[in-house]
Formats: sequence, C-alpha cells, structure tokens
Amino acid sequence: MEVTKIINATRVFKIGQMETHALRGVNLTINSGEFTALVGPSGSGKTTLLQLIGLLDQPTTGSVFINGRDVTKFNRNQRADLRRGTIGFIFQFFALIPTLTAYENIEMPLLLNGMGAVERKTRVNEMLAAVGLTDRAHHRPDQLSGGQQQRVAVARALSINPTFVLADEPTANLDTENGRQVMDIMKKLNKETGVTFVFATHDPRVIGYAERVVTLEDGMIVGQA
Amino acid sequence: MTQLFKMAFRDLGRNKRRSLLSALAVSVGMALLLLMAAIVDGEMRGALENTIRLESGHLQIRPLDYNENKTSLKWEDLIAAPREVIAQVKTIPQVTEATPRLFASGIVTRGENSSGVQIIGIDPASPANQIFRDGLLEGDFISAEDREGILIGKPLARKFNLKAGDQVNLLVNKSEGDVDEQLFTVRGIYTTNTVGYDERSVFMPLDKAQAFTGAGDHATIIFITLQDREQADTVAAALNSSTLQVVTWVKMNELIMQFEDFAGAYMVVLYIIVLGITATVVTNTLVMAVFERTREIGILSAIGMKAPRIMAQFLLEGALIATLGIVGGLIFGGALVWYFTVYGFFIGDMGMTGILMGDQIYAHLTVGDTINLAIAAYLITLVASLYPARIAARMEPVEALHG
Repeated sequence: MEVTKIINATRVFKIGQMETHALRGVNLTINSGEFTALVGPSGSGKTTLLQLIGLLDQPTTGSVFINGRDVTKFNRNQRADLRRGTIGFIFQFFALIPTLTAYENIEMPLLLNGMGAVERKTRVNEMLAAVGLTDRAHHRPDQLSGGQQQRVAVARALSINPTFVLADEPTANLDTENGRQVMDIMKKLNKETGVTFVFATHDPRVIGYAERVVTLEDGMIVGQA
Repeated sequence: MTQLFKMAFRDLGRNKRRSLLSALAVSVGMALLLLMAAIVDGEMRGALENTIRLESGHLQIRPLDYNENKTSLKWEDLIAAPREVIAQVKTIPQVTEATPRLFASGIVTRGENSSGVQIIGIDPASPANQIFRDGLLEGDFISAEDREGILIGKPLARKFNLKAGDQVNLLVNKSEGDVDEQLFTVRGIYTTNTVGYDERSVFMPLDKAQAFTGAGDHATIIFITLQDREQADTVAAALNSSTLQVVTWVKMNELIMQFEDFAGAYMVVLYIIVLGITATVVTNTLVMAVFERTREIGILSAIGMKAPRIMAQFLLEGALIATLGIVGGLIFGGALVWYFTVYGFFIGDMGMTGILMGDQIYAHLTVGDTINLAIAAYLITLVASLYPARIAARMEPVEALHG
C-alpha cells in the first residue's frame, strides 16, 4: 500500500531575480513498511524532496499524495494537523527542545495529539525503552551525548505511531559507533512496527541499511535500486 | 497548558539576566505609575481640602451681588446681622459649623516696608477657625474682645521680621470709601503651611474688624461646614433665600476641578510614555528570544504545533514577565507611595491663584487606581508580546528549521 506519492513535482526557489530549480519533475512512490534511502550529492534535492513528502514545504508544480489523499493544496493548518498525526521527523542536527527533558521531548507530539496522561506516560516509557534510554529519561539534551539525543529524536518521531518517518541525514553529526546505533534502532523499529522510513543520506555505511535506494542528481531521480 | 507554562518558564530561565532586566523594566514602570498617580491624586486632594478648610468651606452664604475679585465693604454688598443668619443656618442638622467672616483689603507697614494684605474678621471661638489656632507658632490666639491684637502668618512675620508682641501699622479701606490706620500688636504668628494664604491673611476679631472698617453689624460671607461635603446641594437647597446666595464647595472650587481634569489628561500622556518604554523593553527581549529560538520554532512546527499555540507560548512568556514585573512594581511602588503618604515631600510655595496648595504634598493612592494601573501595565506588556509572538507564529517551518 502506498503511503506517499509524488507526481511530477518541481520546486523553484526565487532569490531576487535568480531562480534555483531544486526539483525538476520528480515522481516517487513510497510503500508501507519500506526502508528507503534518498541518496545523492549535496544540492541534488534530497532534503527538498523530504520536505515535500513531510509537508514542510509545497511543490511549485506537481502533486503530493499522503495515504492516497491529494494534500498539495493543503493550507498551513491542515498540513500541521496531518504532520502531527501522520509523520515523524528526525533531523540532521539533534532537533530536541533544549528546555525539555528526554521524557518531555518524546511526550510533546503526544500532547499535541491530545493523548490522555496515563496513555501518554505508558507510550513515552515504551519509546524510551525501545531506544535504550530509560535511565536518561529526566536528562535534558545538554546532559546527553549526540547519539543519545538522536535516539531521543527517533523515539519522539515514532511515539505517535506515524504512517512514515522522514530522516534527513540522521547520522551526519554522529561518530561511527553512534551512527551505527541509531541506524540499528531505526532498522529494528522498521522491522518490529512496520513503520515506513525514508531517509536522506550520502553516507555509504548508512546506505547499506536501505532496502531501496533512490538516487537524485540536479533535482531529478536518476536511478532506483 | 501546563506544558506550555513549563516551557515558557524554562525558556525565560535560559537567559535569567535578560528576563530579570525585562521584569525590572516592568517593575520600574509600574512603580513610577503608582507614584505619579499617588502624587497627583494627593496634590489635588490636598489642594481641595486645603481650600475648603481655609477659604471656601462646604457652603458659603454670600450677598446676591458678591464679587470675589472685589472686596467691597459697602453695606449693601454685605450680609446684615450675620449672627441672626447663622442662628437660622445652625437649625439644619447637617450643618456642623457656621461662622461669619468679614474681608477687607489693607496694607501692613513697618518702617520702610509695606505689604498688601487681606484683613479677615473672624469669630475666634468658632471651631471653623481652629485650624489657625492649631497652626499657632508663637504668641497667643486672638480673643473676641481683643481690640488691638492681630494674627499674622509666618511668611509675613518673616518678611517684616516680626515676633509676637511687636507692633505694626495697618491701613484699611473703609466702608465709606476712605482709609484709616491703626497700630496693632502682633498677638500671635500662625501657619497653615500654605504660603500663598499665610503671607496675605491677617486675622482680627470680627467686632474689631467691623468697627475698624466701618462695616457695622455686617459680614462678607457666612462660612459653613457640613457633616459630609456630599450634603452640600441638599443643604444649599434648604437654605434657599431671595436676598442671599448659597454657593457650594463644588461651584467655589471649579478651578481645582478643572485643574484636576487637566492633570488627569496630562497624566494619561505620562502613563503612555512610561508604559511605551516598558513595552519596548519587553518587545525587544521577546524578539531576541524568537530569533534565538528560530530552529526550535521550526521543530515544534514540524511536529505539528500550530501557529496559535506557538503564539500562545510567547504570549505566556510575556505574561510571566508582566506578572513578575508587576508584583515587583507593586512592592517597590507601594513602598515609595507609603513613604510619601506618611512623610510627604516639601514643595514650598506652589500655590496658584484660586488654588491653595500646602507646602507639603502627601501621596494618596486608592485601591481602584492601583488595580487599574496594574491591569493597564499587564495588558500593555501582553500587547508588547504580540509582535514577537506573531513573528514566531508566522514562521514557515521549512525556513525556521534552517535557523
């Protein structure tokens, strides 16, 4: 079953008189349960494509479908609603709220989804256990290592039982060991929960985890394997 | 909401010095507002009470053609047989005191020095004149039988270097239009702490004033005090006469009322300036916070936090700064107001024509004013938070994530 579909999407950024074509007619379908890597050199359009799939941005032309529904023309609030319940995000930088503990960071999307206190507590503890950070629950990000922070981000992304998780260079700021740990956890959760993962990377070790590799160059998909 | 509150509280704690300085700006603004309101209110209240106690009373009975800018001693311009009028006035239960006063213009001379004064003939035994007795600095108070004694104010005594027992020459315009003069003994020196009044008012017993000026059994006005000044209209209506006019303290003090209105409008401008400065500090603090936390706003937006909630986050931070600042301002400003309410501060001779201000201002602050100013400061701080909150709420997630 397809969870997201991009049809003939372009994305043009205008800076003054200059136009930059980040995507040039991309077509892509991601099916449920996939563990897909978007690869390509810097400036190839990986992040822009992830942002379109994640409804953080809108295509200049073309269409975006989520769970079979055309969401291309969704307004800001509709996109926020859809993201809140459907999409998990993992960013290259350790995107945690610095004033919240690991527990509270994971709890935040559940709160936004209006989950009850008891259910929330159970879910957060499950996610902390899944990423092996139960003992670091009440530490703030600045008290955690980079790898631990990224594991909290993984737990936060998965806490809402998303349809799919988008990860933009999830290991770029991690050393080899921590990068491997994060990828192992993502892969394990993909297998155990069946949640779909799409991640952008140009790290060959990370590409090795992918079941499907989509290669971009100059804003176009130039290969799939 | 708890989470939002928790985040707002912790976010302010990230840069404690900056947050505390912002709250301090609100505190100083709040304290200034309280102090300004208390001083202006105290000043106006003091001026009104002073004028009522010294000059106007709650009511005055005057001749029909009374002109307060012209001191006429012609019998037709005076109240005949004032004691009979007073006897009638005192039958009204709300009246606490009614006493005659005779005004005459004169000149005090001593050696080479002279000064124009208003001679006021009073009933020394009347409780309405107790204020002058209480303000006696040296010598004795005049008695009804005294025929040579006068009471002069401290500024006049200082000007002529007089002390109790000294003699001065007093020249007076008489009822018939001619002038007379007599050597008087300074029986006592008084102060009402109202320089403008004390330097021009010379008191002598009514009988002596009537004899000295040729006014016969007449008075210029009947000075009346009531149990409550709000009863003035009712009593004035009860005293209605075809030969005399009854004037209330409101009518007599129109200038103070107008001045109070003017001061009120002027204060609003000052409030706006103070609150404007406070608001600028708060806006600046929160704008800095928004730009420092742009990426976090992007993260929150990415995980589905909608614009109104992001806006609420920053408004809550503004509300916390406002709460802390206003509490601090109430404590700090309250202490200042208390001090100036108890001890006052010296302003010297600030009197204006028609307004008798004491030489000391005592602050006066009502609970209503305090609440209104606190609410105004709170709302202005929230309004000041709106601009940064809107900046945060309108950020596109994809742009915010790039910091």
